[in-house]
Amino acid sequence: MAKKTAGKTAKKKKKTRKKPESAIGPRVVSDEEEKAVVKLRKRAKNKRKESRPAVLLSGNEACVMGALAAGVGFFAGYPITPATEIAELLSQELPARGGTFIQMEDEISSMAAIIGASIAGIKAMTATSGPGFSLMQENLGFSIIAEIPCVVVNVMRGGPSTGTPTSPSQGDVMQARWGTHGEHSIIVLSPNSVEEAYTLTVKAFNLSEKYRTPVILLLDEVIAHMREKIHLPSEEDTPVFNRVKPTVPPEWYEPYEDTPSLVPPMAAFGDGYRYHITGLVHDTHGFPTNKQNEIKAHLLRLRSKIEKNRREIVMVESEMIDDARIAVFAYGSVSRAARRAIVLARSTGRKAGLVRPKTLWPFPEVAIEQLAAHVDVIIVPEMNLGQIVREVERKAAGKCRVVPLNRIDGKLISPEEILREILEV
Amino acid sequence: MSEEATLKTGRKQIRLAGFGGQGIVLSGMILGKAITIFEDGNAVMTQSYGPEARGGACSADVVISDERINYPRVTVPDVLVVMAEEAARTYGPNTADDAIVLVNERLVKTIPDKPGLTVYTIPATDIAEELGRAIVANIVMLGFITATADVVSYEAMKQAILDSIPAGTEELNLAAFQAGFDHGAIELMNEE
Repeated sequence: MAKKTAGKTAKKKKKTRKKPESAIGPRVVSDEEEKAVVKLRKRAKNKRKESRPAVLLSGNEACVMGALAAGVGFFAGYPITPATEIAELLSQELPARGGTFIQMEDEISSMAAIIGASIAGIKAMTATSGPGFSLMQENLGFSIIAEIPCVVVNVMRGGPSTGTPTSPSQGDVMQARWGTHGEHSIIVLSPNSVEEAYTLTVKAFNLSEKYRTPVILLLDEVIAHMREKIHLPSEEDTPVFNRVKPTVPPEWYEPYEDTPSLVPPMAAFGDGYRYHITGLVHDTHGFPTNKQNEIKAHLLRLRSKIEKNRREIVMVESEMIDDARIAVFAYGSVSRAARRAIVLARSTGRKAGLVRPKTLWPFPEVAIEQLAAHVDVIIVPEMNLGQIVREVERKAAGKCRVVPLNRIDGKLISPEEILREILEV
Repeated sequence: MSEEATLKTGRKQIRLAGFGGQGIVLSGMILGKAITIFEDGNAVMTQSYGPEARGGACSADVVISDERINYPRVTVPDVLVVMAEEAARTYGPNTADDAIVLVNERLVKTIPDKPGLTVYTIPATDIAEELGRAIVANIVMLGFITATADVVSYEAMKQAILDSIPAGTEELNLAAFQAGFDHGAIELMNEE
């Protein structure tokens, strides 16, 4: 099992590393110095990369490697195309590392099992596809309201129902947001490469532990089964966050206390802290409540702990966007077709650029607001009939045109289709 | 407009197609591994298959490039391998004008014949059966690709095969690889 970094130390460490150049202090750095530093850093980075052997992995395999690096100790699931390889590989890796793998009777119980494991203090995950994800929705809501960290991987295939098992799709974007009932916020990440399947799985565990909430990793069939060469990051390059545990004596412990961080420390069952967990709206002691002020406070805290931390949670990558008049907003495998189309468009003199959300939910609202203010049109290609495009339209708010580009025949959108759209708009 | 040209620059696209159970995806993986790991090149492999456990059209796409590979699927194959009739009908019509097409002789009737194509018919299944098991026809084909298609070196492919097959099957698989390679080398010599 992975290293036991205390939550706070891990956080601090990360902060120092990520500190931007300008925040260091008032010292003026000459261009040459800057260049030299960049060069050295690049060389060091390459050296680090070279020292680790390259591996050819699929997205699903990289997801497993990421989960192991993040410290997963428990998997419960039911095999389903195109997510099966995640269960298959973890069924070998987890027992070998002292972890637990259970093949459950269905996805309802799979979700219940990982919640149970997480309550006992173990990092837990499951992996499924559309039909299984539908069955998980009820218990997904439970893990939200009871604030149980866990990671749910959904490798999207064509739906509804059993749909087209082996075809890629992006049809579950809205289900990931609103599939479970009731008012809630949720974190959903979407990788577009094998390397990112690794890094975003680690991130999913970290966010889940930090904010005590389920995190959904939305892959699509292309990314899940695509094989690419990657250099797995070393342990020191893989910051791991572990949930904050209570430091007060058990009799003082208030499991759902409203702390300044909005995330109460979480005791594991068996640690000596006895408390009540329920899917009913509860007071700070974990017992059901019907008091108006307590209901409101509880639901608002669940929302705020995610919405107020958008800065850390929402990740967006922009490329070739500074002078762009046409933006393509794309995620997952489609973003790779989009990037190809943009490179081609640029070669014919069209000023196109790519904005790619790695975080789908919470939706990158600020990114779209800024984008809409400086481009003429945003093209939104998706392997569905238009899901994330509604959010783009909402935040663009008429400041620029928003053009959907949709495909639902089980094939990945091609660069030519996107290029055609770029040339036409 | 020069998009077609740009689309092809620096990119070599290989499509292996057959039916589920022929080891198509494994072949793609081995080819990908040979290029990325044993030659330190850059390649991306994707697959396409049906819901059946065996049977049904199935393909593996390998894109090789010196540059960053954005779009992972093959658009127009420079090298097309068809191991079965259904695959030949589905994927045969879509190739680059000057593509190399490798056909598994016994299982394919519809042989692509556009002018400009270089077509080889290879008795991959027969060679595999002679060696003992039809299941290694895919490895025979990998040997043939290595000899004729100029995408990967002999040594890298051999290493990748050894790295990917179950223990205890090394002899059979290497024999299959060698037989395919020799067959390809002879074809090339005959051409000259």
